[in-house]
Amino acid sequence: MKPAPFAYYRPATIEDAVRLIADLAPHDGRVLAGGQSLVPIMAFRLARPAHLVDINRVAGLDGLVARDGKLRIGARVRHAAFHHHVADGPLGAMLRHVVRHIAHYPIRLRGTFCGSLAHADPAAEWGVVAAVMDAELVLVSTRGERRLGAQDFFRGAMETALAPDELLAEVRLPVLPEGSRFGFAEFSRRAGDYALAMALVVLRLDGGVIAAPRIGLGGAEAAPRRIDAAEAVLRGEAPGDAVFRAAAAAAAAATLPLEDPETNAQYRRELVGAMVYRALNQACAGGAVA
Amino acid sequence: MSELVDVRLTVNGTRFALRLEPRRTLLDAIRDECGLTGTHMGCEHGVCGACTVLFDGDPVRACLIFAVQAEGSLVRTVEGLANGEELHPMQRAFIAHHGVQCGFCTPGFLMLATGILEKEPDIGDEELLEVLSSNLCRCTGYQGILAAVRAALAEAREAKQ
Repeated sequence: MKPAPFAYYRPATIEDAVRLIADLAPHDGRVLAGGQSLVPIMAFRLARPAHLVDINRVAGLDGLVARDGKLRIGARVRHAAFHHHVADGPLGAMLRHVVRHIAHYPIRLRGTFCGSLAHADPAAEWGVVAAVMDAELVLVSTRGERRLGAQDFFRGAMETALAPDELLAEVRLPVLPEGSRFGFAEFSRRAGDYALAMALVVLRLDGGVIAAPRIGLGGAEAAPRRIDAAEAVLRGEAPGDAVFRAAAAAAAAATLPLEDPETNAQYRRELVGAMVYRALNQACAGGAVA
Repeated sequence: MSELVDVRLTVNGTRFALRLEPRRTLLDAIRDECGLTGTHMGCEHGVCGACTVLFDGDPVRACLIFAVQAEGSLVRTVEGLANGEELHPMQRAFIAHHGVQCGFCTPGFLMLATGILEKEPDIGDEELLEVLSSNLCRCTGYQGILAAVRAALAEAREAKQ
């Protein structure tokens, strides 16, 4: 189907962009970045924005640099940027691994990291990365700039703390210390399809025991988040099958599963357990160290 | 109907000055305004890949970009692959390896594969499989397409040596 009519704006500066967004948001204006989620939704007429502010030519939003211990990802940075080396050490390796799970190659050449977070589909891979890494999100508007942690940004399925007049201009991920390990597993019915459950694990092995464990879930719940109960099971324990199974069970038990006609709560919980278990095995296996 | 906007873009080396609604996609513009119907319209929501074109060198879904966003861009479609009567190496490989059956998905696959050939000629086989899973083909079972793209990539690598 064809999208409903809208008026189109192509600002060149952040100042012009946020002024347009502020003016048009009360009149059903939306930001257009990569468009790989918004345009299909418009084609189905699930969204009928009256105004689109295209940020694809806004100067200063294309930055992708590590500075002061943080990788800063501008609003125009596309998924495909992460196919290549973007940060030293485990963070760069983790992003390069996770990006291959996002949709398909042509989609990754257009869709953006920040757009994925702003759209807040529960099955988005970058949402889990943001939650696990306690990302800092920089929101700008004509009222100024504010910064939110990922745990305060995601509110539910397609719901965030982003105000209608705000632009998610940048996301900052803390650079992981050397020796950090990661594992990532997701389950979807077809290659490139929306995940029914995914788990991202980041941890260190310190003197033979697990240190600083982070476990995040996506796809299974309305919004991505870290699972404290599962992290607590791992902390200070020697890696091994029994402790992995215990952490997986804790994550499954803590899950507040999304349900649909084909996927009941019990099935999603079991998927969560399986994904956490696989991700932990990857993270602690010899080969997974970045 | 919303206000019309002017868009200038280059498709297969030919410049077009179009005037259209912002809601018209790049796919609409290529087919209806430029008259190049080789680019096929499948699902119109980014799933099937039949409309894949090269947009400033990137293989992308033409149904997920608004034509107005292509202002000043260089677009290549399946009509731009052959050089006169001489087929592009990717087209020859699709014929040689039976990568074509009904032909509906073929223009999209050709542009996806040509994009890979130009952007990532040294792509690994596992990644190539993942990339080719981007587009749908309901006839061939993909094996002929995979063989064709592997052969075209190998030919390009040999030519470089």
